[in-house]
Amino acid sequence: MTALTTADLTAADLTTGRGLGAQFASDVWVLTKRSIARIRNEPETLSDVTIQPVLFVLMFAYVFGGAIGVGGGNYREYLIGGMLGMGLAQTAPGTAVAVVSDMSTGLIDRFRSLPMSRAAVLTARTIADLLTQVIGAAVVAAVGLAIGWRIHTGPVEAIEAFALALLFGYAFTWAGVCLGMVLRSPEAAQQTGFIIFLPLTFISSAFVPTQSMPGWLQPVAEWNPMSSLAAACRQLFGNPNPAAAVHAWPAQHAELAVVCWAVAMLAVFAPLAVRLYRGKGR
Amino acid sequence: MSEPPAIEAEGLVKHFGKTRALAGLDLTVPVGTVYGLLGPNGAGKTTAVRVLATLLAPDGGQARVLGHDVVAQAATVRRTIGLTGQYAALDEYLSGRSNLVMIGQLSRLTAKAARRRADELLASFGLAEAATRAVKTYSGGMRRRLDLAASLIGNPAVLFLDEPTTGLDPSARALMWDIIRDLVAGGTTLLLTTQYLDEADQLAGRVAVIEGGKVIAEGTPAELKASVGGQRIALTLAPGADTQAAISALKPFATGPIIPNDPGLLLEVPVAVADGLATDVLRALDAMGVRVSDIAVRGASLDDVFLTLTGHKAAETNVAAQTAEEKEEEEEAA
Repeated sequence: MTALTTADLTAADLTTGRGLGAQFASDVWVLTKRSIARIRNEPETLSDVTIQPVLFVLMFAYVFGGAIGVGGGNYREYLIGGMLGMGLAQTAPGTAVAVVSDMSTGLIDRFRSLPMSRAAVLTARTIADLLTQVIGAAVVAAVGLAIGWRIHTGPVEAIEAFALALLFGYAFTWAGVCLGMVLRSPEAAQQTGFIIFLPLTFISSAFVPTQSMPGWLQPVAEWNPMSSLAAACRQLFGNPNPAAAVHAWPAQHAELAVVCWAVAMLAVFAPLAVRLYRGKGR
Repeated sequence: MSEPPAIEAEGLVKHFGKTRALAGLDLTVPVGTVYGLLGPNGAGKTTAVRVLATLLAPDGGQARVLGHDVVAQAATVRRTIGLTGQYAALDEYLSGRSNLVMIGQLSRLTAKAARRRADELLASFGLAEAATRAVKTYSGGMRRRLDLAASLIGNPAVLFLDEPTTGLDPSARALMWDIIRDLVAGGTTLLLTTQYLDEADQLAGRVAVIEGGKVIAEGTPAELKASVGGQRIALTLAPGADTQAAISALKPFATGPIIPNDPGLLLEVPVAVADGLATDVLRALDAMGVRVSDIAVRGASLDDVFLTLTGHKAAETNVAAQTAEEKEEEEEAA
């Protein structure tokens, strides 16, 4: 057996001379590659953003859609704006599951014993999930185009809509990280995620206009961030948008409301996630 | 000024709820030595390692690795240590090589250096053929070796091995021991926890026996053994020999009770170390007309040390119970 701790590492082999920013970026990149490699090895982990949205779009377009009035517009055109929000936000439970799984193995202990950035582990997780959300958004758009959804505005508005959706989804990813940090098992993360995100999605204008809900529920749905995203996307795509007739502030300023919600969620959940991570073992 | 010791702990205290995992642990490990932490389940071995490896902050006391405080200078400490815990800290879905390259880069190696080190280590640890396979296809022994390789990739000056062979079969354990001996020959300081006495005896230059979160005895394995009663003489009497006559002949040499086995032909006598002891014993037996078929002088084993110090035998390899208990400890830590 050859010598195991060959003292042949020279200064040129080390990155310790680089700045903190460069080290952080390098750590994030190395760990993001890890998550991407995982997806390549087990593509079924992508079913959250591929098969599920397709099923939802088809079910709502062909099963429930006929019974849902959207103020004279085409329901399939109405559907896609809501589906984007749902498709991206519902990756958060998956994020929570991945975080719990990592925390419950020894791998996180190893990371914590290495001279690497503490925030890099979580940041890499959210970036990898953002990439899966890009895939999810493309899937929703593709299945939408297949069932007759169209963008009636220009490329700038379309890009703005997708950018808002991804910003929104990214903010939810950090909520998912926090969830994964406080729960103890992947099963608990899956269940809790379901309990939080199901009402969040359905008590909104994602699939039905808020006007059809009972009066006491309408304000809840109108202030739900999911409704703001759906309204903003419909407006930017030029799709039917019954929320334009709602007087609540988020319905009237849908794009600004999405940005506010996303920034607020990031401001709360990102530092909280890092604090929870640092606090492990304290 | 003299060089600081590799590891120094003074009065470490750590509570998990009502459980007192560390109750004033003191430890000094000189640079370049192998130090064994020996203790039964729940003695605080894992907690001690987690504090020293910066994963847990102690509630009281302080610890330094190569002179750097594990709390105040945790980032500096992390640049000098490697840690192999009880559970393989690897990404199951990545290949063995990808795991090493990833951990190498996170240990501040350049991508090129990380790849070179990964290939060196895979070859040294007999994992070259499995290098591109996902870790979830590895056997228990292969995982442990890869895990150890991962903690070596940044050439740490101080290495922590927490029960490196628990749950391994004898051949995988022997392979780990060979690897650990090679490491030591390369000058790495090693802190090794184990509940196997023979493992501490085989590998460690010095041993601290831990119970109840503190050190109850410390020294080289030989010193520890000497402290509990020197040597043992094991005699096999010839068939038909008079056991009572043999016992009275041996009485003057014994430092403790002489216990014959059932048929009375095997005797074990605790004795003080002395020159020519075996000759004197045989002469005394001969004078009483007792014929001897076999005689062996052996040192006290760490088993004897453990029994004397803690009043109970070291845990037999009850892996299931141990795993459950350590898991509990982990959860309390989390």
